Amino acid sequence: MDYTLLFVQVINGVQLGLLLFLVASGLTLVFGILDFVNLAHGSIYMIGAFICASLTFYLGNFLLALLVALPLTGLVGYAIERFVARKLYEKDHLDHVLGTFGLILVLDTSAHLIWGPEGISVPLPLWLDGQVEIFEGAVIPTFRLLIIATGLGVAAGLVWLVNYTRLGMLIRAGASNRTMVSALGIDIKTLFALVFALGSMMAGLAGMLISPITEASIGMGGEIIITAFVVIIVGGIGSMKGAFIAAIIIGLIDTLGRAFLDSLFELVMSENAAETAAPAVSAMMIYILMAIILALRPQGLFPPKVR
Amino acid sequence: MNTIGKITIAGMLILAIVPPVLLLSGQAFYMDLATRLVILGIGAVSLNLILGFGGMVSFGHAAFIGLGAYAVGIPAYHATYGEFEMVASYNGLLHIALAVGFSALFALITGAISLRTKGVYFIMITMAFGQMAYYFFLSLDIYGGDDGLTIDVRSELPLINLDSPMQLYGLSYVSLAVAMYLVHRMVNSRFGMVLQGTKGNVERMATLGYNTYYYQLLAYVISGAMCGYAGFLLGNFTTFISPDMMHWTRSGELMFMVILGGASTALGPILGSSLFILLEEILSSFTIYWHLPFGLLLILVVLFIRGGIMGLFKNMGGSSK
Repeated sequence: MDYTLLFVQVINGVQLGLLLFLVASGLTLVFGILDFVNLAHGSIYMIGAFICASLTFYLGNFLLALLVALPLTGLVGYAIERFVARKLYEKDHLDHVLGTFGLILVLDTSAHLIWGPEGISVPLPLWLDGQVEIFEGAVIPTFRLLIIATGLGVAAGLVWLVNYTRLGMLIRAGASNRTMVSALGIDIKTLFALVFALGSMMAGLAGMLISPITEASIGMGGEIIITAFVVIIVGGIGSMKGAFIAAIIIGLIDTLGRAFLDSLFELVMSENAAETAAPAVSAMMIYILMAIILALRPQGLFPPKVR
Repeated sequence: MNTIGKITIAGMLILAIVPPVLLLSGQAFYMDLATRLVILGIGAVSLNLILGFGGMVSFGHAAFIGLGAYAVGIPAYHATYGEFEMVASYNGLLHIALAVGFSALFALITGAISLRTKGVYFIMITMAFGQMAYYFFLSLDIYGGDDGLTIDVRSELPLINLDSPMQLYGLSYVSLAVAMYLVHRMVNSRFGMVLQGTKGNVERMATLGYNTYYYQLLAYVISGAMCGYAGFLLGNFTTFISPDMMHWTRSGELMFMVILGGASTALGPILGSSLFILLEEILSSFTIYWHLPFGLLLILVVLFIRGGIMGLFKNMGGSSK
């Protein structure tokens, strides 16, 4: 076994996992507190990527563009909350799903109108574009390390925000009993709008971070949203800790599966059969994992206590 | 007969008469549209059984359509290009058996797991399983993967020639009528009463002594098998199949047809699929950005129209509750 390759792939898996966590944390935050299922979360991820891509060309610097794009994406999220989502809260989950499905069409087509059908590739500043050699032969792109650092930083920030700030206290209170919180004189509408905007910024951040690696494109939201759903189902919907652990597990399984499954299969079957079977199985692996976990624990790994 | 019954009969009569007349007067395009509409209508009727009457919000129903279509495509592919002699065949009855059988099996396995959960979990899990089927066919390179698979020879059925647009429409129409009748009978049977009871309150039905899990699972399997049959028709209609037929947005569209027309009504899914496909056709002839007004419309329907089109009829008619 090639341990250097394994190490590099583990790093890649962790990076994918942290990116998934950024998307899933916004989703689980909005669901846990607002009891709102947001299919359009993936479209916000895409819009974040596009805004950042445009700004990178306008401002000439990726990191600067990212810092400006973050609040802008938050604003987009706020507008979505104000004009669509807010009116859906009191309806049932089926209506959430259908309403936000319509929203996906609107947002994706708007992106198509504004930025055109082609994807936009985002250039990195020179100092981020290089590679770092961790040890002999194990070369990791610098930017992937930045994604990992950002993901861990955001996770820590969220823990701090939810557990140690006044806003976090209100958020936790709103999650367990929103009627009581609003009876105590808290403006619950603004609080919810803030949570929604925060969740949107998180999805946007993930989109911005991935855009230099892939590119900003119309279809990117539809792909990540399903994986993010799998993450929060496995972790337990509404649980931040669950989302974090599940995201890392799924990132690792997906990456390692794609990298090593064919050589694993070759141990038990012919090379030809392995080459056919491995891509199909590795594409399904995270869903199989989800099925197994749900068969054992229908509420996910870490179901939140309050719901 | 009540208002709803009359509207149902009228709607089915229009579908029986108008498209063939249009075809005979040289408007083949409308026949194509009507065939697609009727086939997706079967899918919507099958989804309505579990979504409308059973309260199970399945977001992965397009997977069954895809399975049904590949049940035509894969045997036909091997009959044309060799290999896998076991399945290679143009026999339509075999295709139907495969479509219904595999859809039922997929529904049994995924349903058994999904139904252990409720609410949002159920929505997301069915969606994830649908997407699993999508990725599975996407990575199967022998059957075209991403590029899809062209069906060179349509299924061969006794007495019916599917190469004739009129006969294909006839089969689809009769299938739709049978599907509606079956769902109607099931819903009004003891089984259907229990199923509708679980929609209202699962705990109550369980307390009454019903094993609700098996009732729901049975409904899920029937619905999946029916939708797989719709896939068999769709494969023969388009003669081109690709994983895109199973993408989660397709499942969302199916769901929307049901809700738009009016869930838990007999005609609702057909009205919904008709309106959906007509709107799609009209809007897309104006602009390539037609998804924008379409999406806005969907949002407005969710916000302001309770019970879909059938709900509007009910409010106007007043006589039937």
